[in-house]
Amino acid sequence: MDGAAEGTPKMHGCPVTQSHGQEVIHPTREQYLDVAKSLADEGYTMALDLCGVDYLQHMSRPLPYGIVPERFEVVVQLLDIGNRRRTRLRVQVPESDPVVASLFDLHPGIEAPERETYDMFGIEFDDHPDLTRILMPEDWDGHPLRKDFGLGSIPVQFKEVHA
Amino acid sequence: MSTTEEVTAEAEADAFDEAPVSTPDTPSYAVFIPNTDEGAQLLKPRSQTTARELMREVGSVLRMSEAEAAQLGELPEDPEEDQTMIINMGPQHPSTHGVLRLMLEMRGEEVLRCKPIIGYLHTGMEKTAESLTFMQGGTNVTRMDYLSPFNNELVFSMATEALLGVTDEIPERAVWIRMLMSELNRMSSHLLFMATNGMDLGAVSMMIYGWREREEVLRFFQEVTGLRMNHNYIRPGGVAADLPVGWRDGVLRLLDLIPPRLDEYDILMTGQPIWRERLQGVGVITPNEALALGATGPIVRSTGVPWDLRRDMPYLKYDEMEFDVIVGSYGDAFDRYAIRLAEIRESMKIVRQILEAMPEGNYRIQDKKVTPPPRARIDESMEALIHHFKIFTEGFKVPEGEVYVGIESPRGEVGCYIASDGSPNPYRMHMRDASFTNIQCLPHMMRGGLVADAVAVISSVDPVLGGVDR
Repeated sequence: MDGAAEGTPKMHGCPVTQSHGQEVIHPTREQYLDVAKSLADEGYTMALDLCGVDYLQHMSRPLPYGIVPERFEVVVQLLDIGNRRRTRLRVQVPESDPVVASLFDLHPGIEAPERETYDMFGIEFDDHPDLTRILMPEDWDGHPLRKDFGLGSIPVQFKEVHA
Repeated sequence: MSTTEEVTAEAEADAFDEAPVSTPDTPSYAVFIPNTDEGAQLLKPRSQTTARELMREVGSVLRMSEAEAAQLGELPEDPEEDQTMIINMGPQHPSTHGVLRLMLEMRGEEVLRCKPIIGYLHTGMEKTAESLTFMQGGTNVTRMDYLSPFNNELVFSMATEALLGVTDEIPERAVWIRMLMSELNRMSSHLLFMATNGMDLGAVSMMIYGWREREEVLRFFQEVTGLRMNHNYIRPGGVAADLPVGWRDGVLRLLDLIPPRLDEYDILMTGQPIWRERLQGVGVITPNEALALGATGPIVRSTGVPWDLRRDMPYLKYDEMEFDVIVGSYGDAFDRYAIRLAEIRESMKIVRQILEAMPEGNYRIQDKKVTPPPRARIDESMEALIHHFKIFTEGFKVPEGEVYVGIESPRGEVGCYIASDGSPNPYRMHMRDASFTNIQCLPHMMRGGLVADAVAVISSVDPVLGGVDR
């Protein structure tokens, strides 16, 4: 595995992989903010999107050497308008302590997507100015896009009728 | 009197100087009134906000960092509480384009702060997507931003194809059909914007005209897909069906019909002094602000940033097309109106080029894994029948991986992030909707304006709440 570790390209100290021709950077939670800052200095000035993924049923996903898979991932899409290129950050977030730094100070436009991710996955963003639910009602229990959030159903008529 | 009733009575007494008489037969609705303006998502009055929180909130309302907000120097001054009031606009207000709710802090007619509150149309479509196969996913995403259904289907299909690794194998004709539909969709969406923008500003005849022209485009969609909206026409692997006989005449009819109507719009609105007064200098946003807020589409282009994914990161065959990216210079509501009007003309330019270049050939990929066998084969071959059945019941398996694809919808970048675990259903599908990010600009554009301008500002952002709330 040492060979694989050396073979993995690095950027700002984080492993970089290619996914279908797209560049993906894997920072740890500690590196996340610094990497985003360095990338912003390099031209990635727009954070287009941020979303969460709950890998509860798919913990065996391929990750570069040295990255420990956790239940949650925060995925950030960055865009460099000057050089017309994109990159993606994938940050592992453990279930026991689902807290990530907020990108708000760097990219104010990430405010609503971070709220959405909090709402849907219960991942908290440190130093977010207004971390409240955005799509669900504020008295809602649970976070709907988690894989262990049960799908509801309502009774329908004639379901029991068989030919 | 039981304890509960006492508490209720006290709450009533607090809310009003005279406690309303409430008997079991005639419940007093005043009890419920305090509940309507409480809750974490809502805009709090200044007296309930500490100085630090207010600073943060101002920063968040402006979508700026605290440090930047402090640098502004000109924070909205702290008026005496009794001079201001917080009012609700929406979610049932006709000018909020659906169910957008704004909480506005007003001093007289002036908007001091504003907070958009969304989620009234949230139906958990991203959760639904996880239980639909890639084959069925199109029916789901097409309903998100319901004014640009083809763009949603296109971005979902492109993401799926990238995961399947068949992007380069999509037949030429399918690619050109996709581009044709996508451009016609841009026209229909912008025509509807013309209608709603006119309606919001009091040009009611414009509303009728805009809907009328959009209907012509939708009529063509109906000929091709069978439906006016929510088509599920563009699917992973190509399109659902070939263009019908006579499609060329249908397109040519549109190309003849719409340009003179656009000239009429110019006469009716563009040069009209009242129209200009209502829009020019209203809802101004600077390029830096727009980029920081993640705004895309006509909003960022109105500030003079020539960013259009069709030209800058071409997909389909846009690199072979000749068209102009329209930019504004002031970043106001008038620029956003003018850009959309001009983009209809540019789209027609592209459609003309597509008409000339449309090749013959297959309209969907001939990969047996993705495409069901043609109907005629099912009658002849047992294997084809089984294959057909398997694809429609189980769906096709998509290799493990994750991918993000972004394209230019009428409202800006619509992106689709799919993580697949190798099953026929997306493990996670996330849509980056342009309107969701664009409405973050509203508080910024409205600050310091009049409440009448607020209507013009919402209209100029052109949010589609189906896409915002998903």
